[in-house]
Parts: sequence; structure tokens; C-alpha cells
Amino acid sequence: MAVLKLYDTITLDIYSALSESVLELPFIEGGISAGFPSPALDFIDLKIDLNKHVVKHPSSTFYGRVKGVSMIDAGIHDGDLLVIDKSLEPKHGKIGVCYIDGEFTVKRIFIKNGELWLMPANSAYEPIRITPENELLVWGIVTHVIKAF
Amino acid sequence: MFALADCNNFYASCERVFRPDLIGKPVVVLSNNDGCVIARSNEAKVLGIPMGAPAFDFEALFIKHQVQVFSANFALYGDMSNRVMDILGEYTPEMEIYSIDEAFLKLQGFKYVDLHAYGLNMQKRVTKSTGIPISVGIAPTKSLAKIANKIAKKFAQQTRSVHIINSDEVRIKALKWTKVEDVWGIGRQHAKRLCALGVNNAFDFAQMDKDWVQKYMSIVGLRLHQDLNGIPTLDLEEVQPKKNIATTRSFDKNFTTLDELKERVTTFAVSCAEKLRKQGSCCNSLSVFVHTNRFRNDLPQYARSIVVQLPFASNSNYELVKYANIALERIYKLGYHYKKAGVIVLDFTPEDATQLTMFGNGNPNHTAIMQTIDKLNALYGRQKIKLASQDLKRMWVMKQEKLSPRYTTNLKDIITVKC
Repeated sequence: MAVLKLYDTITLDIYSALSESVLELPFIEGGISAGFPSPALDFIDLKIDLNKHVVKHPSSTFYGRVKGVSMIDAGIHDGDLLVIDKSLEPKHGKIGVCYIDGEFTVKRIFIKNGELWLMPANSAYEPIRITPENELLVWGIVTHVIKAF
Repeated sequence: MFALADCNNFYASCERVFRPDLIGKPVVVLSNNDGCVIARSNEAKVLGIPMGAPAFDFEALFIKHQVQVFSANFALYGDMSNRVMDILGEYTPEMEIYSIDEAFLKLQGFKYVDLHAYGLNMQKRVTKSTGIPISVGIAPTKSLAKIANKIAKKFAQQTRSVHIINSDEVRIKALKWTKVEDVWGIGRQHAKRLCALGVNNAFDFAQMDKDWVQKYMSIVGLRLHQDLNGIPTLDLEEVQPKKNIATTRSFDKNFTTLDELKERVTTFAVSCAEKLRKQGSCCNSLSVFVHTNRFRNDLPQYARSIVVQLPFASNSNYELVKYANIALERIYKLGYHYKKAGVIVLDFTPEDATQLTMFGNGNPNHTAIMQTIDKLNALYGRQKIKLASQDLKRMWVMKQEKLSPRYTTNLKDIITVKC
């Protein structure tokens, strides 16, 4: 899975998903044992393609790079790669990439009593209440976070 | 029925997907080398910036109205185009990608489908999934779909960017609204002649006598005439291998010497040869042109092009470069400031069906050398392996001062996490 950098801002770099390249890892049912060659070896044809699992809608999937720590309790850390699907509808509880006041930000979408909130996942940060004065665009919904250890 | 799906101000819209702050603001995109305006947002159109406007002439206006200017980012536009086309492709098994930003969809067997709702769904989904707003025109024929699309775009609010021509009444209204010079396939010359005859809109044209149309506008005009009358005549076109390939560039500065021009023409010829090999063709002739800067009235003007016949069909760098340079030497004149040159290869034959001639066939070793060069360039980057007559230092000098951010290569490179 490769990415194509499309855009970057102060807080988020935007990449385009490139899913033609297929990294197939063999998936061996029944485990691997040493010794007598398994007759099952003839049947190693099940492969896992992460692209298929992580990128459900290639045409509407973009990648973003996280900068900042406001979502650490949601498992999103500085430097992580976000898989963003623009085709999904913003719903209560989803983590969205939003464009607000001139920049991209990633927050949990919270709808309560008809009010819209962008909730951080770090007690050091305040929730953001969206008022008619804010220009908010829910740019896409985060479906996965990819980390390297 | 046919649908024409067309992206609104495509290049400007691509830039805006990643710059939502520019929504509602004037945006223009410049051609290669930042020469002239090749795309405008609606707001930029309103400011009176014409298509093809030389960037330097409009610099003051750009600043005054805070027009956001971008260098063309074709990596981005190509990727966004593929996304749009992929989604559109889910709506029909038969689609013709007409250009980077528009596609015809053949909707056959949709008798029991509410096509208007289908179009609205398509419009909404593409716009939401990619961030690129599109307009959809649906009609019984291709040329009518084109007109329906224009109406959808022009009256975006009322139509919700989707217009369908599904009755004769609607068709006639649409035709009357369309000026004859705006009809797809009617060129400027024909439009002039038709206007002189009092044929001002598409409806007038559709009402004309068939025999007249065939006599003065040939079978092409007649087909269009029928198509506009609601008789499906123009069908989806299959993608054909290109009939000619051109590599042309404006220079970042004026060139005066033959040597400077030779280096450029050599590079253009190599680029054409590469493109020929990619589609498995050889060319039998090639054309070279040079011209001075038309906007510099203070300098003497010169423009010339020439076609040379190759002795045998070829797609070898060496052969094309040789003949391109012969051609250049014939048209080059000392004493001019050249701004642009180009090489166009013409008259193709398939690589595997070239005629052998009695004398002077291509060197069969070239095929192997070219394959090797193409492989190396694919592996190590474009233009890594060059001919010695090309400028080796010149790597990528296209002027792109306002290029929006682009590429990285792969995932491995980006996920470097420092703690």
C-alpha cells in the first residue's frame, strides 16, 4: 500500500490512497509445523490483502498524518496515519476529520440536545462547541489509524 | 438514454478539496511553466479573467482581487479524475471517458428506473465522496445530454445540478436556449454561416432541411442534426490509440542559438519516442515547430513548422532525434528570440507490423537498447538515462512556482515516528 501526498497543512498532511499495489501475505490455516510436509500446503491460496480490509472505498479514501496530542485517549498519536473515508456520513460518536476556522483537525463528533461538539480525547483539551459562527466542514470520517512501532 | 457527467471547474475544484478555505473565492490554475490560465473558478470567471490569459498580464488583477493562483498539479488532477470516473463507472456498464473531467454514460435497459433520481444520486455521491462537484445531463442522445448538462450547470440551484430531457417539450425548450455556436460539434466557421442564415439557436438548426445540412456540413453535421432531433445517432466511442503525439513546451527564457534549440528538440523527440513505445506504435513522419513570443511586440516575430518523412517507421530515440534535428535545422533562423518549440509525431503503424524497406531499415539493436532505457527510466525515475545530446544537468526545470503540495512515495517513508 503506497500513498501519494496530495496536500499538507500545519496540522495534517493529506495523502491519496494508492491501492493498486497488492501486498499479499499467505494465510495458512492450521498453523505451520516442522517435519513432514503438510498436505495442506497445496491449498495455500487464502491471502490477506490489507488494502481490502482497510480501504473499503478506494475512490473516496484519503490518508492524513496526525500532528498533535489531543486525541491520545482515542489511540490517535502524533505521527499516526489516518485512513479517512469521505463517503461516510458524520454521525454521533464517529471520529471525523473536520475543517474548522481555516485548518484540518481530527476530533470525535458529538451531538447532544441538538448541539454539535467536537470532542478531544485528552483531558488537557477542551471540547469545541460548534456555533453558527464557526465554519465547519466535516471533511471525512476516520475509519482506521495506522501506527508504526 | 445517455448521461453526461461533467466536473465543475475541475482543476480549481481539485485544489479546493484540500483547501476548503478557497471555496467561494477566485481560483485560477496556470499551464505548464506558469504561462497562462487554463482553469478558473466561477468567481475568477466573474472577474473577467479569460481562458488562456497570459499570467503576467493579469498579475496586478490577481493581487487586487486576491485570486489564488496555482501551477498545474497534474498528479493531483489525474488522481482525482480517476476517483470520479471509478464512481461513475459503478452507474453503468458502458461509459466513455471523454476527457479528464467528463464522461458519457450509456443508460440502456433502465426503462423502469427513475433516471432523474438516478442522476441526483450520482451527482450527490460523486460530490460527497471525492469533494469534486459535478453536473449531470440526461437525454435520449449524446448531443442532447451535453445540452442538458449545460442547463444543469447554469441553473445549479433550481436543478440541483441534474437536468433531464425526457419529453419533446423539454427538448425543444433546451434547444431554443442553446446558441448555435455553443452546440457540441458545431465549429466557429459553421456557426458563422448558420447565423448569417438566421439560424441562431440549436432548435433552428434542428429544424433545418436535412439535405442542406448534409450538403454543407457533411455526414458529420447530418449525424449531429439527427442526434439533436432525439434520434440516437452518436454512440459511445471506443478508446483508440492516439493518432499523433506531441511534446511541446514554452521555454522559461528566450533561446536564440541553434544549439539551445537542438537540445530542447532532442529532449522533445525522446519524449515522443517514449510515448510511442508505450502504446506500441512507430511513426512514419514527424513535425517540428518553433516560434517567438507573440506577446513581445517589441521583438521580431517568426513562426514556422515543417514535416519530415522518415525513411522507415520508427520509435527509436536515435532515429527520431536525428530527423527532428534535421527538421529543426531547416526552419531555424538566426536573429530571433524563440519562446516555444515542439515535436509532433504522426502517421503511426503498429510496432509489430512495420514494413521492411529495401534500403536503410532501422537498426534492430535499437529495439533492445530502447527497452533497456525504458526499464531503467521506470526504475530510477523519468529521464535518468538520456542521450548525450540532451542537457544532462536539466532535470526538471518546469516553472511551477505555485504548485500545491504533492507526492511522497510510499507508506514506509511516511510512518517515521519520533518519540
